Amino acid sequence: MNGPHDLGGKMGFGPVAPEQDEPLFHGDWEARAMGVVLACGALGAWNIDESRHTRESLPPSIYLSASYYEIWTRALEILLTRHGLLTETELAEGQAMDLPAHPKRLPPERVPAVLAKGGPCDRAVTAEARFRPGDRVRTRVTHPRGHTRLPTYLMGHTGVVESEHGGYVFPDSNAKGEGEQPQRLYTVVFDGTEVWGEGGEAGLTVSADLWESYLEHA
Amino acid sequence: MPHDHHDNHLDPMDARVRALETILTTKGLIDPAAVDAIVETYAERVGPQNGAAVVARAWTDPEFADWLTRDATAAVASMGFTGRQGEHMRAVFNTPGLHHVIVCTLCSCYPWSLLGLPPVWYKSPPYRSRVVIEPRAVLAEFGLVLPEETQIRVWDSTAELRYLVVPMRPEGTEGWSAEALAELVTRESMIGTGIARAPEGVA
Repeated sequence: MNGPHDLGGKMGFGPVAPEQDEPLFHGDWEARAMGVVLACGALGAWNIDESRHTRESLPPSIYLSASYYEIWTRALEILLTRHGLLTETELAEGQAMDLPAHPKRLPPERVPAVLAKGGPCDRAVTAEARFRPGDRVRTRVTHPRGHTRLPTYLMGHTGVVESEHGGYVFPDSNAKGEGEQPQRLYTVVFDGTEVWGEGGEAGLTVSADLWESYLEHA
Repeated sequence: MPHDHHDNHLDPMDARVRALETILTTKGLIDPAAVDAIVETYAERVGPQNGAAVVARAWTDPEFADWLTRDATAAVASMGFTGRQGEHMRAVFNTPGLHHVIVCTLCSCYPWSLLGLPPVWYKSPPYRSRVVIEPRAVLAEFGLVLPEETQIRVWDSTAELRYLVVPMRPEGTEGWSAEALAELVTRESMIGTGIARAPEGVA
């Protein structure tokens, strides 16, 4: 979706302003928010693609003004209610009935193993690769309403396949609960002048990791 | 703007997150001790020191550098660095003619297993919007001015591959141990918004 998250090449946000000696968290709530989001993810009710899509689907005015942990918190509340783990009333009132531990509740002793394992997204695909390193490809112009990982600033542009990485979970379907439908993933390199015309800096190339169905031969 | 969020006891997010954690705990969905353990992991064990150890080893061990080039996931796993948001790693090496910069324009993808949690600026609209169109201007805001003839390659992390920039080894460090070299490797140098510190910068 062409949401507020799709920021490449947008203008008007001002300087980057890195903070000197930035703390890991700005306030205890950020630490708790991060930990609560990860602990809830372990329940397995949603996947990473659905959670990304929930964040990018927040109203643009909120997405662009909220801190990142606020975005995470708001999206978590939506995911929890969507999947029936919390009700709107419980959220609004901040009260819930005591319940025994959920069968998938993450116990503290499993945290190191769960974080060290992560969630690999590579999957076997049997279909032959449609593209090879060196091929010129064009990204398809589709503007899907749902989740996608083809940024709009790269849509409809021609680049060169640099490498092929085998199959990966396809976020566009996985975010909708339509399964992993793995596809081959390619690193495609674009010249800055191809993407930005005269608006980009000289000597710039940009690459992105793109799924096979985003691409066609150029 | 997002980076203006500082410690503020009146922050409504404080109450909101506290309430959420409380009802999730009551309903048996989370154990606050697990949340503690997650926070502690990123506060104490998983951070840029991991990536710095990888870079310093690559500078001192050509076989390892070669492995890192071919299969970064396995190479860094051999040093004990695995896990969430580092499942599929690639390392890209800066040279005098080519400087790499990492971004995620669509969200905040970042190599957690090697660099820990991303800084606020990395996740915020100014960096994500600008670095793909005017990287030199953005790098200058970090105090990094590259020679005009140096090409810039921006890697937009649009999938599950996570990138580590291996900065160039600073001159004047011949014979240094990997441990000493790691002290020169900043977080920004592994994102590409900086370079490794010069030796005299270290006390």
